[in-house]
Amino acid sequence: MTVGHLPTDTEATSVAAPTVRLGVSAWMLSLGAFRGRLPLKAQVGLVILALYILVAIIGPWVAPYDPNATTTQAVPEAPNLHHLLGTSATGGDVLSQILIGTRATVVLGLMTGVIATILSVLVGTAAGYLGGYADEGLSLVSNVFLVMPALPLLVVILGYLPHTGELPTAIVLSVLGWAWGARVIRAQTLSLRNRDFVLAAREVGERPWRIIAFELLPNQIGLIAASFVGTVLYAILTSVALAFLGITNFSDWNYGDILYWAQSGSAVELGAWWWYVFPGVAVAVLGMSLVLINFGLDELSNPRLRSSRSLRKLGRRNWRPADPTPVIRDYAEGSL
Amino acid sequence: MAFIARRLAFYVVAVWAAVTINFLIPRIMPGNAIDAVLGRFQNLTPQVVKSLEVQFGFHPKGTIFSQYLQYWGDVLHFNLGVSTSQYPTHVSTIIGQTLPWTLALVGVATILSFAIGTLLGVVAAWRRGGWLDRALPALTLLQATPYFFLALLLIYLFAIQLKWLPFGQGYALGLTTGFNWPFISSAITHSILPALTIIATSIGGWMLQMRNVMLTTISEDYILVAQAKGLSARRVMLTYGARNAILPNIAGFALSLGFVVAGALVMEIVFSYPGVGFTLYNAVTSNDYPLMQGIFLVISIAVLSASLLADIAYAVADPRARTRSAF
Repeated sequence: MTVGHLPTDTEATSVAAPTVRLGVSAWMLSLGAFRGRLPLKAQVGLVILALYILVAIIGPWVAPYDPNATTTQAVPEAPNLHHLLGTSATGGDVLSQILIGTRATVVLGLMTGVIATILSVLVGTAAGYLGGYADEGLSLVSNVFLVMPALPLLVVILGYLPHTGELPTAIVLSVLGWAWGARVIRAQTLSLRNRDFVLAAREVGERPWRIIAFELLPNQIGLIAASFVGTVLYAILTSVALAFLGITNFSDWNYGDILYWAQSGSAVELGAWWWYVFPGVAVAVLGMSLVLINFGLDELSNPRLRSSRSLRKLGRRNWRPADPTPVIRDYAEGSL
Repeated sequence: MAFIARRLAFYVVAVWAAVTINFLIPRIMPGNAIDAVLGRFQNLTPQVVKSLEVQFGFHPKGTIFSQYLQYWGDVLHFNLGVSTSQYPTHVSTIIGQTLPWTLALVGVATILSFAIGTLLGVVAAWRRGGWLDRALPALTLLQATPYFFLALLLIYLFAIQLKWLPFGQGYALGLTTGFNWPFISSAITHSILPALTIIATSIGGWMLQMRNVMLTTISEDYILVAQAKGLSARRVMLTYGARNAILPNIAGFALSLGFVVAGALVMEIVFSYPGVGFTLYNAVTSNDYPLMQGIFLVISIAVLSASLLADIAYAVADPRARTRSAF
């Protein structure tokens, strides 16, 4: 491009103005896609997740007992009116431990989700948009992180860290957990970067960060959300597993701690099922809500996956996928 | 074979990264590992402390670079140091005893889970909306359960309430390990519950992915053509549909192996299974850093080798992969 063809000031503004509006409206459109027509699975998942977040906020205030309370008894107490979910062998109220432990578990999960998602968006879009050697290098790094077994590595790293709080744990979990999201986002960026609207933005002379922020990211908001939810699930399951292994900050309750004490107190052999079933179910339902949200997001982006009972039962007949296209009788008989 | 060569180069980088991370962690981490270790021994004279420190490798000689070369030499000779909790046993000896248990259990269970899950995914997609398809969300929800929690439930149900299967340890006490029938049968019955745990928690993932890809595949035109030619439904389903839909599942196998293995390791603790996971737990509870690091290294190499095998299987299954770039 020669100097003579550079747009004058007025031309520049007249070209830039629509893109600003387009960029902002792209974000609004992509957010609007989530309103109103969220699949039922995602709605159920969101409601359950909201409940957990509520408990995480108010849990410590509504817990009926001090979770660390100990009595002289040596046997765990089965669920009764005083202890709705029973007690541990030392007399700690399981319900209170769960209510208080929710905060650490949920906070750790969300914190890791945020940090890891930021990392994967940065690496994924950079690799996909820049291409060339930057792409090769970043992809190599994320693939190495992907195949490396995270849990034993976490054990080694966190084993060396002295008093492991939530933030260091979240950071280590994020550093080991961003790779999957980065891979998915890179693939999507690659497929988007040569679309017409991105090429147009580049022709207009938009800066790369602006193209990434206003052209590429709004079009992958679903993917980013799914990768966030997946990372939160990974963080929760991994942190519970780590606590179960005994790598945890015992001054702060979380679900894994309760299970750790149940295991080391031989709850299974004692038949004290309430000691491990309730915290385990708490983890499982929290994980379930995240899986449901991801199912919903999947269906949102891929209509083929939507459950199709109506499609299957057409005219009171079961249709196999490869059967001939069903013809609706009413239409054929000419009711129109 | 450019594909295999590139993948091989990638795994060389990955192994290098694993070894290097293992080398760096004790050197950059804060905290005083040495005190935690030496706290296990009572009344040590300074000379003994010094010799123990040298033996555990806490005061390596030379520059960081020569230490690094030395470390590589040690790793290549399977010299992973001395366990501090089972002093003076070598880490490689402990891992040598426990690794076969984990490899046999996790390997067999993962392959079974993959095979059954993939097959069920094919059927679920083919009979879309059938009972299997509708049961799928419930199965995938098992993925959200921690492995060890399911293990606790299975023990409670099958070992304590029903008393059908044994739990704890890898074989009944009093048997001589070796190639004799009482030992082998005992080892098999002891591994049923752990294997069931791995299969139950991981099968949903394979199934879901296979079903989703299969749904896209069977709406392709060539499936319709195959049907129109009058081929049997089974043949269309397996050789036309599943054969083409299985590729992402094989690729996914290599990637999710680390996650499956991690879950299996924690699960071993619940069963006191004499594998690497249980050893890792013991290493953590007794601050045995050399053992923890050795286990990380060995598990990494095992997972990376398995991923490489999955990649080779992928190259065999997909002719396009052999000509495409590897990353």
